[in-house]
Amino acid sequence: MINVLIDLLWIVLKILLIAIPLLGAVAYMTLAERKILAYAHVRIGPNRVGLFGLLQPLADGVKLFFKEIIIPSKANPIIFLLAPLVSFATAAAAWAVIPFNKGWILANVNASILYVLALTSLGVYGILMAGWASNSKYALLGAMRSAAQVVSYEIAMGFALVGVLMAADSTNLQDIVLHQQGGFWHWYWLPLLPLFVVYWISGVAETNRLPFDMAEGEAEIVAGFHVEYSGMSFAIFFLAEYANMILISALASLLFFGGWLSPFEGIPLLGTLFSWVPGIFWFFAKMAGFLFLYVWLRATFPRYRYDQIMHLGWKVLIPVTIVWIVVLGLLIECKVGPWFS
Amino acid sequence: MRSFKELVKSFMLWELLMGLKVTGKYVLSKKITIQYPEEQTPISPRFRGLHALRRYANGEERCIACKLCEAVCPALAITIEAEPREDGSRRTTRYDIDLFKCIYCGFCEESCPVDSIVETHWSQYHFENRGENIMTKPMLLAIGDRYEKEIAKARSDDAAYR
Repeated sequence: MINVLIDLLWIVLKILLIAIPLLGAVAYMTLAERKILAYAHVRIGPNRVGLFGLLQPLADGVKLFFKEIIIPSKANPIIFLLAPLVSFATAAAAWAVIPFNKGWILANVNASILYVLALTSLGVYGILMAGWASNSKYALLGAMRSAAQVVSYEIAMGFALVGVLMAADSTNLQDIVLHQQGGFWHWYWLPLLPLFVVYWISGVAETNRLPFDMAEGEAEIVAGFHVEYSGMSFAIFFLAEYANMILISALASLLFFGGWLSPFEGIPLLGTLFSWVPGIFWFFAKMAGFLFLYVWLRATFPRYRYDQIMHLGWKVLIPVTIVWIVVLGLLIECKVGPWFS
Repeated sequence: MRSFKELVKSFMLWELLMGLKVTGKYVLSKKITIQYPEEQTPISPRFRGLHALRRYANGEERCIACKLCEAVCPALAITIEAEPREDGSRRTTRYDIDLFKCIYCGFCEESCPVDSIVETHWSQYHFENRGENIMTKPMLLAIGDRYEKEIAKARSDDAAYR
């Protein structure tokens, strides 16, 4: 009995160890996004609250916390309030199978890729529920767009992941990373480059970020699925979006960029020079790079038109992945290079 | 052949990368933001801001109530009433400028034969109550007293080009 309780406490502690830094990362991701966007506009961004604006996320959080949650009079209050929670819960639950370092993992599930894929696709239910329950045409339009888009890009993303699990011969994220052992040329981004690009594009589309933010589309449908949300219910949607972005970045670095592995492994001088650096540092550095890329894309590209999104998803990305899966099969069969021998 | 080239280019995301290069360059470029309340952009000596009535060095007000400014004002923003003072000199008893009517053209300043009415560099003012838009004579004189140094400097800086 006591043992069970202690085990349970341990698990709760581990969850907190992941969840609390995740919330912090989300908070500072918002600041980083504003800063980077500002820099791309030749502005300097928020710098009034605290040193370099470092307390800005706190101020934003406090503001949102004290705002009134307005429920539209003809909305369905239960689904309306449940929707942001669904979005956030799926975004947070996927973190259970992310290995931060060798063995640093909450749940070492064998089919962790499938688990992640399932949970990221569940996130769309939050958006759908929000759009439906707010009883507003803009919210409904945003939700419909988002649902169609996420479902389409899921397929391309799934095929990209199929490539990874073919290459690694495993669906366990930790095994996939361990298969990429060696320097940065051993990582899967090189043999799977087209799949990586497809994965990244569909990852951006999955999280409804620019240039694929059809769900939000502030120029056409005001703010899409979360027009009617305010205060904390809006903040939780925000949290879910950023947690998803961080998750996609983490997955990209795990699947294609060797997770916690050092890029200099196997290089005579650099390898020993950097051998003291803990793996988690490399992991976070790679994630930060991808998060920067997210904002960089946002600063650069205009929003896609809706039919163009569908065209890209179905007629470009999916064929590319299928072709490359065939090529990959050949590469594996011929035991090519440092990757599949 | 050309369309094939375009196809290869689009699969290499060439144009997207060029776009990223542009924004990337701006991310790293020097920021030119002026942090407003602490820093301000330079102001020309010809800047036409809030009005002021100047005085001579001995404290005597310059305005002789010739009413040229009132006549030239295209927005009819200036109202002047005048009477001989006790010492017999001609002075205004009322000199009002309606800042809502004023278009800040600077004609009043150019028409003034004694450099009395001027437009200062100061543009950061506001009204909190109804009627505060009417600048009366004592208010204008007070502004003149307050900014006399800056007003004189701006006039002398610009004198060479007039």
